Amino acid sequence: MPLGDASGRASGRVPTRQTGGLRHGILPGFWPSLGASMMYLSLIVLIPLSAIFLKSASMTWPRFWDAITAPDVVASYKLTFGASLGAALVNAVFGFVVAWVLARYTFPGKKLVDALVDLPFALPTAVAGIALTSLYSENGWIGHRLAGWGIRVAFTPLGVMVSLIFIGLPFLVRSVQPVLEDVDRELEDAAASLGASRWQVFTRVIFPVVRPALLTGFAMAFARALGEYGSVVFISGNMPMRTQITPLLIVAKLEQYDYAGAAALAVVMLLASFVLLLAINFLGARSRCYMEAR
Amino acid sequence: MKLTGILLLTAASVSLAATVRLLNVSYDPTRELYQNINAAFAKQWKAKTGADVVINQSHGGSGSQARAVIDGLQADVVTLALSYDIDAIAEKAGLLPKNWQGRLPDNSSPYTSTIVFLVRKGNPKRIKDWNDLARPGVSVITPNPKTSGGARWNYLAAWGYALRQNNNDQSKAKDFVSRVYKNVPVLDSGARGATTTFVQRGIGDVLLAWENEAFLALNELGKDKVEIVTPSVSILAEPPVAVVDKNAARHGTAAVAKAYLDFLYSPEGQEIEARNYYRPRSKEVAAKYDRQFPHLTLFTVDEVFGGWQNAQKTYFAEGGTFDQIYRPGR
Repeated sequence: MPLGDASGRASGRVPTRQTGGLRHGILPGFWPSLGASMMYLSLIVLIPLSAIFLKSASMTWPRFWDAITAPDVVASYKLTFGASLGAALVNAVFGFVVAWVLARYTFPGKKLVDALVDLPFALPTAVAGIALTSLYSENGWIGHRLAGWGIRVAFTPLGVMVSLIFIGLPFLVRSVQPVLEDVDRELEDAAASLGASRWQVFTRVIFPVVRPALLTGFAMAFARALGEYGSVVFISGNMPMRTQITPLLIVAKLEQYDYAGAAALAVVMLLASFVLLLAINFLGARSRCYMEAR
Repeated sequence: MKLTGILLLTAASVSLAATVRLLNVSYDPTRELYQNINAAFAKQWKAKTGADVVINQSHGGSGSQARAVIDGLQADVVTLALSYDIDAIAEKAGLLPKNWQGRLPDNSSPYTSTIVFLVRKGNPKRIKDWNDLARPGVSVITPNPKTSGGARWNYLAAWGYALRQNNNDQSKAKDFVSRVYKNVPVLDSGARGATTTFVQRGIGDVLLAWENEAFLALNELGKDKVEIVTPSVSILAEPPVAVVDKNAARHGTAAVAKAYLDFLYSPEGQEIEARNYYRPRSKEVAAKYDRQFPHLTLFTVDEVFGGWQNAQKTYFAEGGTFDQIYRPGR
């Protein structure tokens, strides 16, 4: 089952898959390692997050509801989730192409391109935001060309999306690229020799293998975009009702020492992201099951 | 050999014991000011007491600096942009008494500033006073008052001007400020961001700025790019300073912290502040730098808005007048 193996690796699972119940794997120490992971997760993730819930619990229900449904807050949800989703979708397409080029071809300067992909990981987001804003503002190098077409990027929702695309790109490429590199070329040859067209080879042989990794990358890019603050505040212009992202409103509430209000917005962001990520992971798991069933 | 070693060691530990460390938690644009102040104060303290004092500085947005102190940043003194932020430290963390502002002269603000306009060279839109900012076709750059302490001064300055023009009619003032903010294309999250937008991106006809920041921008960019316009009336910005009593007591730095803040009021300190474009309180120093600072009518937050706590509630809190400007269907 070479295909199943490839997707197994993509999800980072150990190939000794367990079917119901606990079975001893090759490596001992299930309980200590589970204990250590739970401890680690609690310290790093669960305790800080529950502190947020506790903070927001100091509000009464009506106040909580008012805080999370104020008109500018609702407008910011739309922008934050919409732009994050849009950016992740754009990255799913073009990130896939980049991964494809890096996995399938050799060309001079490939190492350089490969390293460039990681740059958005390393660059301080404020630097990214300032650089993108100066490029895309109306007197910027790209911005003034686009302005000729009547397209404004900086200080519009489109600008927010551009900066989210920038920071999300490596997540897509880095999750898809290794899987593409692992795809068994012989299968493609076999499919071609059995009369499959190039399109069919892509959609029926290659894509199903890559899909789980693509979904994982998509989910990570999406999640990262939801929480992004540093780069967006420079390019968005922060106009109330139009280009304010939810994290900015959280900062605005903190500026007024409204810790509970800030926590309330954080809770909404957390729950919504959690549900969305769960749904995406569910889709990923289903497409893996589908692969294994074949 | 051994003896000298021991002597050296003792000498080192003596000088170590005599070195006092002070943490001054301040806001963004005061970096250069306090570098100069710290050097001068350390010299004076050494001459007076023989002890070395090392002052560490921390800079950031005024509100986030205050939150850091509330959350445990060990500041011996705070020098912030608004008394509202030091009030929060007193209230939420109880690190200093609530009447802190009465402990030092002049509302605990050794230097002041005001809000002025920075316009493009030659002032092509002929912006002279606040009412020009509400004119259609004038583009105004100011940060978001929800996230920037400095921007709140800008907002209140415009509001105070309108009150004076309209016999204290609040609804007319609101209408005026709404028209000004209709002319704002971008609300940066902080003052430095707004300066970048105006200067680097070339967006806007006028930048609302602290006077000291406007002078710095003028020096940096050159007089052939921008010029300063001083309106007829503006707000008296009083950035306050305070010893954080509980922290200073714990560090044993109460005396030196107090002396450090007193130095800000001394003739030497006032000179340094004036050279860094803050308006000095001292009449002698002010007279000396008279030509640097244009004359205009200044009003305070206390006089016009009944203090920062009130101003915050009425104008910037959830559903306040700033929110109302942008909410549809009002």
